[in-house]
Amino acid sequence: MTDITTEKARIGAPSAQPFINGFTEEGESLSPLNAAESKAPLAGEAVKRHSHGGGVGIPDSSRAGRLTSYKLADFKPLTGMEEDWRFTPLKRLRGLHTEVLNGAAPSVSVTAPDSVTVETVGRDDRRIGSAAIPEDRVSANAWENFTEATVITVPAEVQVDGEVSVLLTGQGTEASAQHVVIVAEKFSKAVVVLDHQGTAVVSENIEIVVGDGAQLTVISLQEWNDDAVHASSQQAKLGRDAKFKHIVVSLGGDLVRVTPSARFTAPGAEVELFGLYFADAGQHLEQRLFVDHSVPNCKSNVLYKGALQGRNAHTVWVGDVLIRKEAEGTDTYEANRNLVLTDGARADSVPNLEIETGLIAGAGHASATGRFDDQHLFYLMARGIPEEVARRLVVRGFLNEIIQQIKVPAIEERLTDAVERELAATNH
Amino acid sequence: MSTLEIKDLHVSIDTEQGTKEILKGVSLTIRTGETHAIMGPNGSGKSTLASTIAGHPRYNVTSGTITLDGEDVLAMSVDERARAGLFLAMQYPVEVPGVSMTNFLRTAKTAIDGEAPKLRTWTKDVKAAMAQLRIDADFTQRNVNEGFSGGEKKRVEILQLELFKPKFAILDETDSGLDVDALKVVSEGVNRAHAEGNMGTLLITHYTRILRYIKPDFVHVFVDGQVVEEGGPELADRLEEEGYDRYATGAGAATIAAADAAAQA
Ligand SMILES: Nc1ncnc2c1ncn2[C@@H]1O[C@H](COP(=O)(O)OP(=O)(O)OP(=O)(O)O)[C@@H](O)[C@H]1O
Ligand SMILES: [Mg+2]
Repeated sequence: MTDITTEKARIGAPSAQPFINGFTEEGESLSPLNAAESKAPLAGEAVKRHSHGGGVGIPDSSRAGRLTSYKLADFKPLTGMEEDWRFTPLKRLRGLHTEVLNGAAPSVSVTAPDSVTVETVGRDDRRIGSAAIPEDRVSANAWENFTEATVITVPAEVQVDGEVSVLLTGQGTEASAQHVVIVAEKFSKAVVVLDHQGTAVVSENIEIVVGDGAQLTVISLQEWNDDAVHASSQQAKLGRDAKFKHIVVSLGGDLVRVTPSARFTAPGAEVELFGLYFADAGQHLEQRLFVDHSVPNCKSNVLYKGALQGRNAHTVWVGDVLIRKEAEGTDTYEANRNLVLTDGARADSVPNLEIETGLIAGAGHASATGRFDDQHLFYLMARGIPEEVARRLVVRGFLNEIIQQIKVPAIEERLTDAVERELAATNH
Repeated sequence: MSTLEIKDLHVSIDTEQGTKEILKGVSLTIRTGETHAIMGPNGSGKSTLASTIAGHPRYNVTSGTITLDGEDVLAMSVDERARAGLFLAMQYPVEVPGVSMTNFLRTAKTAIDGEAPKLRTWTKDVKAAMAQLRIDADFTQRNVNEGFSGGEKKRVEILQLELFKPKFAILDETDSGLDVDALKVVSEGVNRAHAEGNMGTLLITHYTRILRYIKPDFVHVFVDGQVVEEGGPELADRLEEEGYDRYATGAGAATIAAADAAAQA
């Protein structure tokens, strides 16, 4: 992949000013290789459009100031002009932002070792609201409308062998609300897989509590049918020395918008946020993450990778990382990389890094969107490798970096196959 | 015994200013066991010739032929040419992110041979070839050419030459950017491949330096898209002394021949 736009910054000890000037501008220039978009016939025409939106360092859009509320009425109706909705085609939300979400929610089926507690609870359960508070209208709409929630608890000090598998199967196209709470109590260790399948129009709130010293991995797979619409707020709250790894994989669905967040409540915690998405013609796959460094000495590392192919395939990645004044000793890095395989696809990538203290260990971000390059193809083919094989080699290699993070062999295999299937559909 | 035959090759490229003819009638025959050096000033079309043989889509063949043992090379796709036994060591090897060297080498070898190499012997062969070219073992874990220095890239091209065992190797300025030690190591690699007796070599270079290590049987001087003079290894020595100045750019072979005749008269 040749970088068309790259931004890189690694700041050891920035000045105490709240925002880093000029980050948006960095890397806007085209690399000479791609400036003249070569149109050699080898790879077909793989020209991309890409934007780096504003938002970096614009005080008004500071993530700290965003409205949060459990009440739908507190959020104004969406116009599409809102900073956090500006890339989303509201028309395709199928009412998630306007309707009462009383359709049948995706069915929940949990497979877990006996050591894990699985409950279905009502709205008044004390664990509802323990990690999350809606940050947008669609999430608040689900909060107002869900009727029952699934609560998965990994008891204190329990180390779960194998993964906890949560299969969420869509029940049709009536707009619905879903609620899941995952609690990893102190010093527990577990892997939870949220496996979204079928057809649904659903707004989902996932609350994740990672207790002191707990190690939790949550993998959210979106392998929906083509007509699914899914908005998912996945908010995690981390205790002291907690380790949380979150992996979002979005492959299927007409519109999928995942908004993960991680909030630190005590020092010594670490989060890793990974994402993989592969958008086909017409698909809208959006990921907006938020890491809130509000206490000292926590670490975060973010890497999202996306591939796009086909007309009007659209992906959005927005990475908000906020290092508050109190968060001294923070170490954070976030990166997004996109690989545009065909003409007519669009990847938006916006890293937002806000730094309110100079006393940090490190902070950086990178964003690059490139297209599948004719030169790569020529090189591989000049070594006897047929075009299709060459293409797969590059894309598989690109996405594999994320798949490797999953470390659940069955899922890694399944996703590798899924990526192969996506690629097979490329034959244009 | 194989023959790569280039006959009256005319090649042009499309530029913003329109079509530009770069090769203006090149003829060249290379047989197994022979080493041909093509020497010429910057911009004379050496890389164009190399890339055209390999099938780079940017170059349009407007007339002439390229055949490999009588087979029409121009009718083959890029990968078919490689599988037919043509290998181009590129002047500027391309970085391919996301693809490890191990994976790349095995995939290419499988494509060229039509079957996967036996894993145990293959791994051993790769290791041995890398050691001889003084390439660190950890390069296999890195992505193809990614972050390699200029010299490392060239070594890795020759590594592929040794592993893929082509019928004809076209080396496009493999010597450029190499220090003396690296030049020796790389030349030894080419000589080893040659010594196996199944390869012909087209060595493209701007300087005579590499010809101290790789002995050409024939030297062709390339100016402005044409071969303007041909001879044995002694021609390289002469170029070393005189440079390309006497082949005024734009002058065709006829002009040079006339000038030579006049000089002798
Ligand atoms: N893509 C291109 N666009 C415009 N001109 C080109 C292009 N490729 C080659 N040329 C021109 O064709 C001519 C021959 O180039 P080529 O790279 O084959 O020369 P060369 O002999 O290999 O030179 P060098 O010794 O610098 O490697 C040059 O004038 C070059 O500028
Ligand atoms: Mg050249």
